[in-house]
Amino acid sequence: MTPRALQCRRHLDRLASAARAIARPLAFMEVCGTHTVAAFRSGLHSLLPEGVRLLSGPGCPVCVTSQGDIDLLIDLGLDCRNLTLCTYGDMIRVMGTRGSLSSARSNGADVRIVYSAMDAVRLAAADRKHQVVFAAVGFETTAPATAAAILAAEAQGLTNFTVLASHKLILPALRALLDSGQVNFDGFLLPGHVSVIIGAQAYHPIVERYAIPCVVAGFEDVQIADAMARLAEMVRDGDKGPENLYPEAVTPFGNPIAMALLDKVFEPADVTWRALGTVPQSGLEVRKRFALFDAKIRFGLRAAFAPEPRGCRCGDVITGRCTPVDCPLFGSGCTPTQAIGPCMVSSEGTCAAWFKYGRSGRLRKVASDSSHQKQKMEALS
Amino acid sequence: MIDMSDLFKGSSTIASAAPGINSAHTPRSAARDTITLAHGGGGQLTDELIASVMLPRLANDALNQLLDSAIVDLAGTRQRLAMTIDGYVVQPLFFPGGDIGRLAISGTINDLAVSGARPLGIALGLILAEGLERGILERIMDSLARTAAQANVKIFTGDTKVVGRGQADGIFITTAGVGLVPEGRRFHPDQVRPGDLILLSGTIADHGLAVMLAREMPDVKCSLVSDVAPLNDMIDSLLAAAPGVVFMRDPTRGGLAGVAADLAVRTGYTIELDEPAIPVHPATLHAAEMLGLDPLDVANEGKVFIVVRPDSAAAALAALKGHELGRDAAIIGKITAAREGLCELITEIGGRRVLQKPYGEQLPRIC
Repeated sequence: MTPRALQCRRHLDRLASAARAIARPLAFMEVCGTHTVAAFRSGLHSLLPEGVRLLSGPGCPVCVTSQGDIDLLIDLGLDCRNLTLCTYGDMIRVMGTRGSLSSARSNGADVRIVYSAMDAVRLAAADRKHQVVFAAVGFETTAPATAAAILAAEAQGLTNFTVLASHKLILPALRALLDSGQVNFDGFLLPGHVSVIIGAQAYHPIVERYAIPCVVAGFEDVQIADAMARLAEMVRDGDKGPENLYPEAVTPFGNPIAMALLDKVFEPADVTWRALGTVPQSGLEVRKRFALFDAKIRFGLRAAFAPEPRGCRCGDVITGRCTPVDCPLFGSGCTPTQAIGPCMVSSEGTCAAWFKYGRSGRLRKVASDSSHQKQKMEALS
Repeated sequence: MIDMSDLFKGSSTIASAAPGINSAHTPRSAARDTITLAHGGGGQLTDELIASVMLPRLANDALNQLLDSAIVDLAGTRQRLAMTIDGYVVQPLFFPGGDIGRLAISGTINDLAVSGARPLGIALGLILAEGLERGILERIMDSLARTAAQANVKIFTGDTKVVGRGQADGIFITTAGVGLVPEGRRFHPDQVRPGDLILLSGTIADHGLAVMLAREMPDVKCSLVSDVAPLNDMIDSLLAAAPGVVFMRDPTRGGLAGVAADLAVRTGYTIELDEPAIPVHPATLHAAEMLGLDPLDVANEGKVFIVVRPDSAAAALAALKGHELGRDAAIIGKITAAREGLCELITEIGGRRVLQKPYGEQLPRIC
């Protein structure tokens, strides 16, 4: 056993011991796509004590984006052939009402995967006659980069760079989730990256109002195990926190430069979330002063209501009301190669993670898309 | 200000685009009815395309095996013919550790070698784009010739076509290879049985990440280099030393995960891989983290995945480690008796997860 494995084992023993003392099933919710992936990738779920679960909340940027916002983006790619649409890789396969950016691209749309908002600014600067739109999704983690990109575009005098922003804020989402009255978990494993920006103190109002244990956690498997153990101990001892178990990156008050950047370029706005509906002051809209860089204003775009795909329970999955295997489409109608809901598409999506890294008996039966290929091969030979 | 009206010519405006506007095409059929980049990723979508479009039309005994090379009987000899073909469209044409010329020879030689064949010769198809600099073509051909000499194979025949500017990206290369499989040698998934061990000839994901970094982040300075190399010499040494080798693949697109998951499906056994035993360069790990990719899914061009009887494993490992291309070789897993047709990864902390063939296109995560 490596030192890391030993350390992890110790945290899991703490978790098991606290869970035994509590003597009822426990569930904690992580609200960060990176936690979702890290927990599955490390096989942590398979090591959790009996009766303890880690649920995924509204932390995957793609999964929380409303169907209307997704359509807006994909329609832009489909209909506007004279512009370049830059997007993070995760958005490329998400299904809109009329297809995905991937299918738009195969039909001739100029869709580029970028690694940062600044890549899109560079593209715009390279050919100032050509419109470049950056599809900005994500929480407080990616929003400062979008803000910086807008400021850079302004500094360079670019008139061909705009941002289609659907940035979201984590605290209003947590509040909306807790207000929904369907809370079936015992504590939040708070996101590391977002907390780097907003600071650990930002969660105090949540803890005070809802009296729910909260722990900020890092992304290593050991750190997630530690945070889960701490959450269980807090439940056992009646503590609430918030506790910061990621102090090497997260300070009490966050990153003031990034926060100032956000405040300069964006203002809070009521936005629509998948599953949570319209949540007051839960998103970021480009301030009027930067309207030149707002794709919604530049192109007169307005998100229409679009229903979520029929049968799809992504909304219930990201609010912890069900697990992916409870969705009737999971693994049969909806698979990574033929995805219906965003949670199956995004690599940070819970369904994709369950499908890719899954472990339960039922998962195993449906886990491999290639099983149908095997049947076809057998039929041929 | 730029007049935006022309952006929307011939199309409905975005704001008024109603759901289901193109009712003949549901989103899912739209996604199915066109080829996307992901169909070429060597993952599940490529498999689906082959199974649904190619095989129903082209099926025959040789093709249906879907191995790295097709193996066919030759009249009048007990040796059998191995045949393979591959297209190379990599960008950039030159990347740390290699170029499209070295890749085009290595990839095809390796497909022959892992099938147990001794390469005989290669047919070379070149598609050049109008405007390609002659000097670039010469550099690529120099590298291709050097790699062929290193692998001790000749280019038997070739074809050159030029297409208009924009119809190809600089140069596309196709190489077909033929080789001979000695009598009595048969590497096939049906030879694999419980208790067999899995060896990997070295570190994973170096090629895919070196190319991706060179393409996506050309300004990033990194010590990462592609592992692209012809492996026939190393595989000769391996087979001379380890008679218990029963199956080999080169984990190119789809990476180690693709090859292991595929073998699990094809044998029906559960395969266990030990994550800490899988060799990865620290630079590769960092690059993968930065791009949000799992090294297990990323392409290799100079590595071989080997299934060997347990009594031959030590000899196989020693033979690999004795070759300069196999110095980092390791035993990374085993075939178990369970019949789930799945590959399970046992992680460093002792957790278990299912390892699946990647979906298709390698997409970086958001954060």
